[in-house]
Amino acid sequence: MAIVFQKPKALTDAVLHYCPGCTHGIVHRLVAEAIDELGIEGRTIGIAPVGCSVMAYDYFRCDMIEASHGRAPAVATGVKRSMPDNIVFTYQGDGDLASIGLCETVSTACRGENITIIFINNAIYGMTGGQMAPTSLIGQVTQTSPYGRDPKTQGMPIRICELLASLDAPAYLERVAVNSVAHVRQAKKAILKAFKNQVEGKGFSLVEVVSTCPTNWGLTPDKACQFVEEKMIPFYPLGCYKDRTAEEAK
Amino acid sequence: MTYETIMAGFGGQGLLFSGKVLAHAALIENKELSWLPSYGPEMRGGTCNCSVIVSDEPVGSPIIAHPNVLMVMNEPSLDKFEDTVAPGGTIFVDSALIGRKVRRTDVEVVYIPATQMAKDMEALSLANMIILGAIVEKLRCVNPDTIETALRETISARKASLLDLNLKAVAAGRAFIRG
Amino acid sequence: MADKVLMKGNEAIAEAAIIAGCRHYFGYPITPQTEVAAYMAKKMPKIGGVFLQAESEIAAINMVYGVSSAGKRVMTSSASPGISLKGEGLSYLAGSDLPALVVNVQRGGPGLGGIQPSQSDYFQATKGGGHGDYHLIVLTPSSVQEMADLTSLAFDLADKYRMPSMLLADGTMGQMMEPVVLPEDTVDPETIPATKPWATTGTQMKRAHNIVNSLYLKPDELEKTNYERFERYAKLEKEECRWEEYLMDDAEVCVVSVGITARVAKNAIVAARKEGIKVGMIRPITLYPFPKEPLAKAASKVKSFLTVELNMGQMNEDVKLAINCSKPVNMCNRVGGMIPSADEVLAAIRKEAK
Repeated sequence: MAIVFQKPKALTDAVLHYCPGCTHGIVHRLVAEAIDELGIEGRTIGIAPVGCSVMAYDYFRCDMIEASHGRAPAVATGVKRSMPDNIVFTYQGDGDLASIGLCETVSTACRGENITIIFINNAIYGMTGGQMAPTSLIGQVTQTSPYGRDPKTQGMPIRICELLASLDAPAYLERVAVNSVAHVRQAKKAILKAFKNQVEGKGFSLVEVVSTCPTNWGLTPDKACQFVEEKMIPFYPLGCYKDRTAEEAK
Repeated sequence: MTYETIMAGFGGQGLLFSGKVLAHAALIENKELSWLPSYGPEMRGGTCNCSVIVSDEPVGSPIIAHPNVLMVMNEPSLDKFEDTVAPGGTIFVDSALIGRKVRRTDVEVVYIPATQMAKDMEALSLANMIILGAIVEKLRCVNPDTIETALRETISARKASLLDLNLKAVAAGRAFIRG
Repeated sequence: MADKVLMKGNEAIAEAAIIAGCRHYFGYPITPQTEVAAYMAKKMPKIGGVFLQAESEIAAINMVYGVSSAGKRVMTSSASPGISLKGEGLSYLAGSDLPALVVNVQRGGPGLGGIQPSQSDYFQATKGGGHGDYHLIVLTPSSVQEMADLTSLAFDLADKYRMPSMLLADGTMGQMMEPVVLPEDTVDPETIPATKPWATTGTQMKRAHNIVNSLYLKPDELEKTNYERFERYAKLEKEECRWEEYLMDDAEVCVVSVGITARVAKNAIVAARKEGIKVGMIRPITLYPFPKEPLAKAASKVKSFLTVELNMGQMNEDVKLAINCSKPVNMCNRVGGMIPSADEVLAAIRKEAK
């Protein structure tokens, strides 16, 4: 019988611990597919963050390192600098990448390290039970913004792609979503490109994936996808924010 | 014999460097030695000193409490270190920069107008090397000729053009002692 | 024998690290250790190594974490406030069983403190620094020669015991120059990763994936890793303790001191001996493991101990523990960047001898 659908090889058989409806599973799959399609599993090293995806080291079949909170880009820098021929990616959430690790994120982007960053933006701290993230929307109710995020006291959400696009060094920055089939297709292309860039030595690539957190948002999975469409994407517009590889190709 | 030398003055007078040259000469002669700088946020103009110990015996502490050789290139340094000099020690005073005389009577003093001599040689920044020449000529803590070798080995490539001038300065200091 | 060269202590560390096969250095400028970074910045690009000025001490220690995961010899250096920032990283290195060298050229504290020499990070280095039950191998040099020798040893021990090691120097050691004979055994950096089958070097599709990790959500598993780690520590304590004894044979007073104060104390001991005072010194070279045995042995012979240190009595506590408080353990100390003179130490020794 012909196999028409199977799990990517770069994923292990471990059962994912993510909540029902959470989009981490989709993004894991897209990353694994990219690794499979480029045939790089044997030389790939992944860096897991602190946050919901902390145990990503059990899910990817390539060698994995678990980093301290926010420092995955620094760890990735060390790995890549010591083994330039290997493929190094980090997989980080919004608290990890955009709050506690913002300095490492910006500095690593500034140096144009030839690595790939997958950035999961679901506007909330999932693992610790739903606190305000740097990317939480204005008015968003969380455990630590119980009256809704108030810009006067809690500041404005941070747009990472736009922020990093102001730097000269990054090669590729794109924001995608995985709340619909069409968006998943676009996300897959972006993630593949972010890895391909590294294989081709093109430099720092980051894909921001606007994701869901049905559990902590208090929404059903389909309502969560709707929330992404109606609330998240208007504030975090999808699209390519920088593509030096395209400019170079011209 | 153990020579415990403190070289002190303003930052920028090259005190750490003259100490390094002395230390390097001691190394060439296979003597025991240590070189310890004062270090601080000031790069230029602040007070600055280094301690150089040259000995036939292994060096214990690199910190000098009672120097038997003191080289001073500004008055605050003379004020600070004069009383610490071991009885019978020698103080080398840049008399072009320090107006007052040494008050101690149990030490030997060499007044040398090094900064004026350096100016006359059009090598203002090398007063330190003139005094170093005087120190080694007078005390023979290292063979004065070894200083020349040490200079050749110590002067960075960037300043290689200054080597001859440095050698001249050392020679001038030695000549001053010989009279 | 190799030639003697004249080097600053900080430079000796850097050169010895390169000889030991370290080709990766990450750091952030801070006095009084910046010469290590400056030396590496100059040298690494010429020998195919990596020097990277990180955006912070935190980033630097995590870059170290990355390179160590890849199975290579790697180091960072800093001074006291910077080491505090590395505390989390040190805990992660220990928790993930990763070898690395971290140099602390100590300055006065707490807070921003000052930049003059200090030994006040003793507790931080030997008892903690980061969270959790762990140790660093802590080596403490007392000469520029030891700055070089202990750097080599630190790399070897770190690899052997799969744990981070710290070279704990005081500012004087970093800044002073002395003749040094550099280690002759040059380590080929390419030979190191092969000795580390746990390293994340890429599976090459030939083995199961390696995971470098310190997370164990099941308490029984986490407990097991702690016990296993402490078995290694026990072996380390048994086999790797190092110290120097000076004039201890007939000593009635035992000075205990490290780094620059051990040098000052030596001068004071020579002077005291001339006065007929029977005084000697035990100078720990490893602070973890702490040389408890020779101290306990000395306790049966001497009347008292005198620690000479640049802090408010941190090593003093370990001496008391080592001898089970069986003899008085007094102290001659200065802090904040001040260093006791040989005369001050001599006066303290005289007091012990009375």
